[in-house]
Amino acid sequence: MLAFIVRRIITTIPVMAFVALFVFSLLYIAPGDPAAVIAGDQASPADVERIRASLGLDRPYLVRFGEWFFRVLQGDLGTSIFTSLPVTQLIAQRIEPTLSLMVLTLILAVSIAVPLGVVAAWKAGTWVDRAVVGFAVLGFSVPVFVIGYLLAYTFALKLDWVPVQGYTPIAQGLWPWFKNLILPAITLGTVYIALIARITRATMLDVLQQDYIRTARSKGVAQNSILFLHALKNAAVPIITIIGIGVALLIGGAVVTESVFAIPGLGRLTLDAILRRDYPVIQGVVLIFSFVYVLVNLAIDLIYTLVDPRIRY
Amino acid sequence: MTVQQPAPVPGDLAVAPELPDVLKARKPLTGFTGFLRKNPSIAIGGFLLLIMFFIALFAPWLGTVDPTAISTARRTRVPSELYWFGTDMLGRDIYSRVMYGARVSLLVGFSVAILASIAGLVIGLFSGFVRWADGIIMRIIDGMMSIPPILLAIALMALTRGSVQNVIIAITIAEIPRVARLVRGVVLSLREQPYVDAAIAAGTRTPMIVFRHILPNTLAPMSVQATYICASAMIVEAILSFIGAGVPPATPSWGNIMAEGRALWQVRPHIILFPAIFLSLTVLAVNMLGDGLRDALDPRMAKRL
Repeated sequence: MLAFIVRRIITTIPVMAFVALFVFSLLYIAPGDPAAVIAGDQASPADVERIRASLGLDRPYLVRFGEWFFRVLQGDLGTSIFTSLPVTQLIAQRIEPTLSLMVLTLILAVSIAVPLGVVAAWKAGTWVDRAVVGFAVLGFSVPVFVIGYLLAYTFALKLDWVPVQGYTPIAQGLWPWFKNLILPAITLGTVYIALIARITRATMLDVLQQDYIRTARSKGVAQNSILFLHALKNAAVPIITIIGIGVALLIGGAVVTESVFAIPGLGRLTLDAILRRDYPVIQGVVLIFSFVYVLVNLAIDLIYTLVDPRIRY
Repeated sequence: MTVQQPAPVPGDLAVAPELPDVLKARKPLTGFTGFLRKNPSIAIGGFLLLIMFFIALFAPWLGTVDPTAISTARRTRVPSELYWFGTDMLGRDIYSRVMYGARVSLLVGFSVAILASIAGLVIGLFSGFVRWADGIIMRIIDGMMSIPPILLAIALMALTRGSVQNVIIAITIAEIPRVARLVRGVVLSLREQPYVDAAIAAGTRTPMIVFRHILPNTLAPMSVQATYICASAMIVEAILSFIGAGVPPATPSWGNIMAEGRALWQVRPHIILFPAIFLSLTVLAVNMLGDGLRDALDPRMAKRL
């Protein structure tokens, strides 16, 4: 078991190295001249050259990558072109709201989506099932900022139940924090709920047809206990997998959700960086988010062995 | 076999009445209309998408005015008989911008779906068939898939000038890994099929096996995947434009209209509402088409997902 964990952690190292290489290479993949784009339209040729030098575009690719990678390993993500502050410092300042939003969304989505999928599979073919499937299709189709504005307009502006925008740090109390984050969390969670509910339903439909479920039924096990103890346990692996993969949706959606609800998190940082063409910041954020994503999926792999003793490595 | 004559009915025995209509065998659904009736989600999705295509194609003749015409005299009007969807902050007619916006969304969605499918197909086939390359290609794909697609597209767009073409390239690069993975998976499972073994044993050359025996079998799952990529590309395009990293702001695209409405959403929600409805309906249409296609192409999966 320990050997497996160590081996699995070691296999993430090349993946992370590739992510780093890829994020670094974007500067070279992007069509056109990045230095000129970042410098902007009013820039003089000297400005463009200065930015080219600061990005290292004037030196050989591999040398440049080696230097950059070595600094990333030491925890140095470079310096923002616009604010001249270290990128790591900028990220550290903005991480709390984003982390809060994503964790709350994750908890909310899983606790809604899994029961929804289980009930849909149990009542397969009925209107309950159709409603869940219909909701899933809708959830995939309505863009996240549309849901955001719809919710903000209805529940914050018209009904005045929660604050319209902004963020309250968790240090100022759990309730204000929650009240500010609930709408963004539902907004961000909709696609995620659709995704998890869909997979839960599909897996549960499979499991519920198996012999041991019929046996449990015929010996009179209570319905809830069949669904949530006997069946869900065996459907857990695909569900947990999709929870991990779906985190990519949360990361992408967070950038948009934060801009709709004016939350000063990493998404805002990315957005401001895009408008100012502050590439080192964008690079840093993409790198951090990708590492988080890889780590989440590493954790998911480790969870497999806990929930399903049949899986051995 | 001789046809049996019905036995003569004795006079005093009541003859069974004709079967009522309800019990008669239903006419099997055949032909195009039959196909649509069996797959209502293809019918609805296809119909909605056709409307959007119609709007995109005939935008100049749908009672629209120049979507980029600025007029300070008629800024931020609410919807009225004159301006059906109202006007934006620069006085541009939102109805016209929404109609023309269909062009950008459909162009981006379909271009990305086609380009990503072709590139993913080539990479997937190559990776599934050339063993020594498989390990390397899959590690690269793993690495690319570790970057959330929207972030990848954002990072690429931050480095280029905003244009429809660059948006298409950026989203395509972000979507390729998924297709390549799917195709490789199908290829690997097909390679184990007895008929492929038989073809190899019969001395068929590798290119022939790929094009004759493998490629046709990847097309069904690929076309389903392509519709989902189309839907996701439309959403990503709108998100990119919405956060200011997409097509140039003057271009009428649904994401751009919503980006312009962002500052005024509390007082003039209609600026965001109309493009939002059109975008959601289009994406819904493509998703329904994809679901219907999946069910029609793989009936075993139909009842499950």
